[in-house]
Amino acid sequence: MSVETLYALAACALVGIGLYGMIVQPHPLRKLIAFNIMGTGVFVLFGALAKRGAAAGLAADPVPQALLITAIVVAFAATAVTVALLLRLVESTDTASLADEPPAGR
Amino acid sequence: MTTVVGAVIVALLLWLALWTVVARDAFLAVAGFVVYGLLLSLVWVRLAGIDVALTEAAIGGGLTGALLLGAVGRLRGTEAATAAERPGPGLRALAALLALAVTAALMLAVLSLPDPAPTLAPLVVPNLQSTGVGNPITGVLLAFRALDTLLEAIVLVIGLIGVWSLAPDHAWGGRPGLRYQADPDGILAYLARVLPPIGIVIGLYLFWAGADHPGGKFQSATILAAMWMLVQMAGLSDTPRSDSGWLRLGIVVGPLAFVAVGVFGIPAAGAFLAYPEGWAKPLILLIEVALLPTLVLVLALLMNGPPSRHGDAR
Repeated sequence: MSVETLYALAACALVGIGLYGMIVQPHPLRKLIAFNIMGTGVFVLFGALAKRGAAAGLAADPVPQALLITAIVVAFAATAVTVALLLRLVESTDTASLADEPPAGR
Repeated sequence: MTTVVGAVIVALLLWLALWTVVARDAFLAVAGFVVYGLLLSLVWVRLAGIDVALTEAAIGGGLTGALLLGAVGRLRGTEAATAAERPGPGLRALAALLALAVTAALMLAVLSLPDPAPTLAPLVVPNLQSTGVGNPITGVLLAFRALDTLLEAIVLVIGLIGVWSLAPDHAWGGRPGLRYQADPDGILAYLARVLPPIGIVIGLYLFWAGADHPGGKFQSATILAAMWMLVQMAGLSDTPRSDSGWLRLGIVVGPLAFVAVGVFGIPAAGAFLAYPEGWAKPLILLIEVALLPTLVLVLALLMNGPPSRHGDAR
């Protein structure tokens, strides 16, 4: 099996692992980490496709690779906004629960 | 041999991802995620993406990890309450089934990819010379797909506006977080005096080398932002006030210069963000120099979080 196919298949598993964590972990921070893992799965899949596109003397297609750099930076910004939202939620409600009905007595 | 190395990396990567997702508490999950980010950089090297590997190590693993670590400390008390909301075994099994189905569908798509793979590399290589840069990734980021990079810079600024908007009313325009206190003769303060000169040189080298070699403004900005935060954490300098005019100017100078160069392209070369013949390299350099302060400030300020206190009270 070629390197890029191996990593592309692993990326599919990473998306599944992240999706599972996002559903079963109740704490929003854990969901955020799981979502980031799912995101990296998409990135690795894209990177493997870039490697498949090696041509013209380049080891990989530079267009998807450049977009990946953009994607990583934007993912960081989105994570930072989410963390700020989450901290604010805890500050104003004293709970990180995402349940429709907050626990009684709050 | 390469397959064996690849298989070992993949096995470690999947095991770490799974471990991070099911870890007992959030702190362990974050620790797992940081190690996962470092391993991921190795995957990028294996996939011939040195520039991506640098970005992943600096931003994906480093900055995101530090951000999550800071959040874990402040969310300690909320974990026990949400643990009760953990879904039962039935729902967990269903979630696992769904995840497996998604993975299987993606794998099927991967195995039925067209051969030979579509690629834009043959278009990039002959046109790279006209941009004056030698690193094809930089060429794509600042010439062929400059619009994406412009939008990304704007997204970063919007992200910062989003974070700042979460400030409570009384702290609006103030400084984020607590002022860090550290022993002025301690090891942290010592490192915060010794490391920044070295870090700034490395950061600027990566910035300059990015034109022809792996590196570039994002990786460089991360290192410079990290140096600034080290100085803050050692208590040598306070986090900046978010209503400072200089700060706000530094934040928007990158996107504004980028848009100005884009508009200049309309009369000069016939299209938004088009570079006239022979002007590509200086214009790219102008954009990169203008983007650097924006990236450094925005990355560091995103880590600092929303303003939470006023004045210079300690």
